[in-house]
Amino acid sequence: MRYPTVIETAPARLSPVAAATITVALAGQPNVGKSTIFNALTGLNQHVGNWPGKTVEQKTGSCTYRDRRLNFVDLPGTYSLTANSMEERIARDYILHERPDGVVAVVDSAIPERSLYLLAELLQLPTPVVLVLNMMDVATQEGVQVEPQVLQAALGIPVVPMCATKNQGLQEMLDALIDLVEGKFPYNPRRPVILPAHQRVLEQLITLIADHVPAPYPADWVALKLLEGDGEMVHLMQETLPRAVWEQVHSILYQHEDAILDIAGARYAWIARMTRAAVVRPRVGPMGLTARLDRVLTHPLWGMVALLGVLACIFGLTYAIGVPLQEGLDGLIQHLVRAVHDGLHGVPHWLVDLLSDGLLGGAGMVITFLPILVIFFAALGFLEDTGYMARAAYNADRFMHALGLHGKSFMPLLLGFGCNVPAILGTRIIETQRARWLTILLAPLIPCTARMAVIAVLAPVFFGEAAAWVAWGLVAVNLGVLAVVGIVFHRLVLKGEPAMFIMELPLYHLPNARTIGLYVWQNVVAFLRKAGTVILAASVAVWLLSYFPADGDVTQSYLAWIGRALTPLGKAMGLPWPLMVALLTSFVAKENTIATLGVLYGDFATVLPTLLTPSAALGFLVVQMLFIPCVATVAAIRQETQSWRWTAISVGLMLTLSLTAGVLVYQVGALL
Amino acid sequence: MVPLTALNPGQVGLIHQLRGGHEFVSRLAALGFTPGTPVVVTRNHGFGPLIVSVRGAQVALGRGEASRVLVYVEEAVDALSNSH
Repeated sequence: MRYPTVIETAPARLSPVAAATITVALAGQPNVGKSTIFNALTGLNQHVGNWPGKTVEQKTGSCTYRDRRLNFVDLPGTYSLTANSMEERIARDYILHERPDGVVAVVDSAIPERSLYLLAELLQLPTPVVLVLNMMDVATQEGVQVEPQVLQAALGIPVVPMCATKNQGLQEMLDALIDLVEGKFPYNPRRPVILPAHQRVLEQLITLIADHVPAPYPADWVALKLLEGDGEMVHLMQETLPRAVWEQVHSILYQHEDAILDIAGARYAWIARMTRAAVVRPRVGPMGLTARLDRVLTHPLWGMVALLGVLACIFGLTYAIGVPLQEGLDGLIQHLVRAVHDGLHGVPHWLVDLLSDGLLGGAGMVITFLPILVIFFAALGFLEDTGYMARAAYNADRFMHALGLHGKSFMPLLLGFGCNVPAILGTRIIETQRARWLTILLAPLIPCTARMAVIAVLAPVFFGEAAAWVAWGLVAVNLGVLAVVGIVFHRLVLKGEPAMFIMELPLYHLPNARTIGLYVWQNVVAFLRKAGTVILAASVAVWLLSYFPADGDVTQSYLAWIGRALTPLGKAMGLPWPLMVALLTSFVAKENTIATLGVLYGDFATVLPTLLTPSAALGFLVVQMLFIPCVATVAAIRQETQSWRWTAISVGLMLTLSLTAGVLVYQVGALL
Repeated sequence: MVPLTALNPGQVGLIHQLRGGHEFVSRLAALGFTPGTPVVVTRNHGFGPLIVSVRGAQVALGRGEASRVLVYVEEAVDALSNSH
């Protein structure tokens, strides 16, 4: 039986490309090792930014081969090209609108059937495709055999076996790409077909819309997407089509609402035909590495034990290595501050102060947390690259569920223990806006290392021997508040369904040092960029408030003025105004609390315990832990939500929570 | 015909129907959950998400999501899982 081909009017662009520069899009499902290939090809010669107008990361890079310059664009990892997520829209829009010279479709050789689904979709777009069978080593480990030549013969497109982590197959891929765009490869793809039952419907749709489809969309592709129920295409055609035609189209779509299942089923049937001779999968055999590891790592009890062990290791590493380094850098900054004070003669006094207290004391202080962040990013990059992170999300899902979140929110929240800024940026992996915004709202409740540093200094001042218990109690309070806020917002405030939890568990594999290294590097650069802009500006602003109008006498400054205005509020918490000022300055960077107390009280370690009752002291620490997020975090919230309103809600919520908690602790303590 | 959540680890279900909104159906279809496809349950603790094996890949499904995947129970096989 001859299967009618769906997409014939959109032939691949095969007129040879003569230009010296070739643009290639890298496409693939998540977890197929696409970024390892991208990194191996482009090294540090890459640019990381955002897709225009989107909060999805865009990576571009280039390399030179056979006298050609190849520009690579790393498309977001997607399972299909239906507009279910922003990533999927970006991937297909890029191929349709920018028309790269070629697409490299990366599949995981260990699960060829599933990962070829994206190829089935890519072949329906008008750009020639090279198929890369990546992770051949993982396939061997799991007992799956793939024959590249047999698959190439079946598909009619170039097929290259690869093991990107060992640098195998990259050159062959570049050769295949250049041969393809030079027209040297007999490119003759067998494209997936639709069930005969739907063929007539599809033709009807094509006839109806053909004259109206705007460029650059191929009419038959649009028709297919309409039949799949693709929201974006339905919307586009509703806008574009004359009313009468749209009503005809709409009634056809209404009658074939379930067509997506048949279309997806037909694509999988096509994959089965293509791989029949090329893939050998042992029916029964020795259990693969992944199955053996998962006996423990997803076990209801041992999985949790393993997760807690992993977390303990990360925090242990942070405190064993990161904290001493942070303290070292902190000492260095203090040293610089003194050097600026002592060394700059003949320079106006305000300028010396601005440099030392404003710039070094504010933005410089934030940078001292870099070692801690590097350890955090390295640990998370490692867990992500081995495939464990998805298991952590699976294990954590039960707890996240009560908060209206699911397992995928676990990783960004975990990052929050290092610094809230990357936690907010990390929410990008969450698909739905509702779950993403809720996670963003909860992230500042995770006590970051900066806040823990303040507690580490102040808890012993107030509570001596019991300091460690107080610190643990404060962390527990924060997590408790997080749970309550999550439940309240999930149940009462945010409307809509909780996010769907559908997540692939990738096969385990050995981590790649280059992939992890670049992950750490890119996150560090992003953090430093933020420290050099937003945080710097805010540090200077607060410094201005603390310096003027009394030329450096902080007790007469605008800041003190604000602090005194807050005296009634301070009274309710048993706090004198300098402590209110200390809280206010923690908005710039949490550790400013310590610096401000130092400025206002001098030797605060001896003075403070005489000024505050124990309940006021405890209240102050609770407020400090729950207070409004630092300015860098607020900037990140605004950037990621693109919403001033949600940013204001987040800040307002934290302010209300912290002050209420502070008053409660003090008043209840006073009664006892 | 039962929801996927009713299957024990090791049991195989043949997918019959996906009950849910368009996005739900579309996402699962792309992952290979199409009618007639065998799905092996590898983890089902009776609470929390399930892990199922479909078309050679392991996929975690929230309980709510799994309860909207209706299957015909095929046979009990001695599978990888050792839970309980």
